[in-house]
Amino acid sequence: MNIPPELKYTQSHEWIRAESDGTLTIGITDHAQEALGDLVFIELPQVGRKVAAGEACAVVESVKAASDVYAPVAGEVIAANGEVVDAPEKVNADAYANWFYRLKPASAGDVAKLLDAAAYTKLAAEG
Amino acid sequence: MLRETPLHAVHRAAGAKMVDFGGWDMPVSYGSQIEEHHAVRCDAGMFDVSHMLPVDLRSANVRDFLRYALANDVGKLTVPGKALYSCLLRHDGGVLDDLIAYFLSEDWFRLVVNAATAEKDVAWLTTLAAERASALAIAPRRDLAMVAVQGPNARERVWQVLPGSRAASEPLKPFMAAEFGEYFIARTGYTGEDGFEVMLPATRAAEFWHALAAAGVRPCGLGARDTLRLEAGMNLYGQDMTEAENPLESGLAWTVDTKSPRDFVGRSAIATPPKRQLVGILLLDKGGVLRSHQKVHTAAGEGEMTSGTFSPTLSASIGFARVPVGVNADDRIEVEIRGKRLAARVVKPPFVRHGKRLV
Repeated sequence: MNIPPELKYTQSHEWIRAESDGTLTIGITDHAQEALGDLVFIELPQVGRKVAAGEACAVVESVKAASDVYAPVAGEVIAANGEVVDAPEKVNADAYANWFYRLKPASAGDVAKLLDAAAYTKLAAEG
Repeated sequence: MLRETPLHAVHRAAGAKMVDFGGWDMPVSYGSQIEEHHAVRCDAGMFDVSHMLPVDLRSANVRDFLRYALANDVGKLTVPGKALYSCLLRHDGGVLDDLIAYFLSEDWFRLVVNAATAEKDVAWLTTLAAERASALAIAPRRDLAMVAVQGPNARERVWQVLPGSRAASEPLKPFMAAEFGEYFIARTGYTGEDGFEVMLPATRAAEFWHALAAAGVRPCGLGARDTLRLEAGMNLYGQDMTEAENPLESGLAWTVDTKSPRDFVGRSAIATPPKRQLVGILLLDKGGVLRSHQKVHTAAGEGEMTSGTFSPTLSASIGFARVPVGVNADDRIEVEIRGKRLAARVVKPPFVRHGKRLV
């Protein structure tokens, strides 16, 4: 299972990269894309949207099933990656290179509360 | 505890993603289900369908019994080996199952029924036989495995693996079957492509599977099976038809034979014209994928999606919906996906046949 040690994770299988400017880059984990199978549709939040922690703000659909993608922390959406909307299969090929959206967190400390790679590895192995 | 087919260990060893399908632990895909789909459309793929149950019916009057038990008329089967698709109905017209009936000899027919409904079907046939054909012997054949080899090159690959079977199976027209030693080879399938469904002793299944794989036949899971059957315009029991609907409400009027004067189970119940019908749907707007239970809005009233998926051949979302009578092919309708109404077009299935798009 591919779980990069430098990223943070959620129980709902998003990965989060804390950028040097304080913003967060968010995608779905390799484990999530593997479980969903071939992705065929991705819907991302509008730039400028304010989201609460745990709020469903993106949608991913594979041939088999639809699934919500949740905001890991509260914040404002500052970018959405149109490339994955145009070619969802890129997420199957590399779930960490192909991010979904960027968030300016409401509180800088929130990201520390997310799962680290070790905790997510344990979670993914269980489910 | 999930049930396992004779090929279960083979699927596990291949690293297949497994899923509970009607109480059976079945492979949903071995890698990319879209690649598996294309393999069947362009070359050859194989499916373990051993969860389905062959049931042998034997007695001198088995044909008369099936002319009463089935909604389609096995009286049409005059050449041994010929097969017929039919619904098994309740007295009130509800669909208990859909199946294939093979005429093998005047005292032997074989039915192949769905996995999740197999026990229910056998119990139903036993009840009908007690009333109508007390001498009928009903033999479920869990000793057999079944492998569907499908695609434009599927038959050639089967002949590569079983060279001796070619003489018996090459002359077979679609919906015909022949026996070759312990193999039962039928030119049938659930993909819209040419190919065979092969029944064989469960003990030989793994060997046959590995030989086909070595000949270049790609293992395919239930995921690809679902996208292929949807493109081919074929119903899935439990989704597109259930006991709550009759065949006329499920796009299956063509399988109900009312031309012959025979009495059959459900006949009186389906004499009234249906108020609902099953139609094909092609999603026009972007915004998601069609799925079962989504709400459908038409000029004739509301309906519901019964199946839906992403079609790898069309690169668009397709499905079936049950809608009021009065909705016609080419009508624009709307499907509700996550609260948004997306434009879609009513189409007459199939969407794809023999590798070619039809919509």
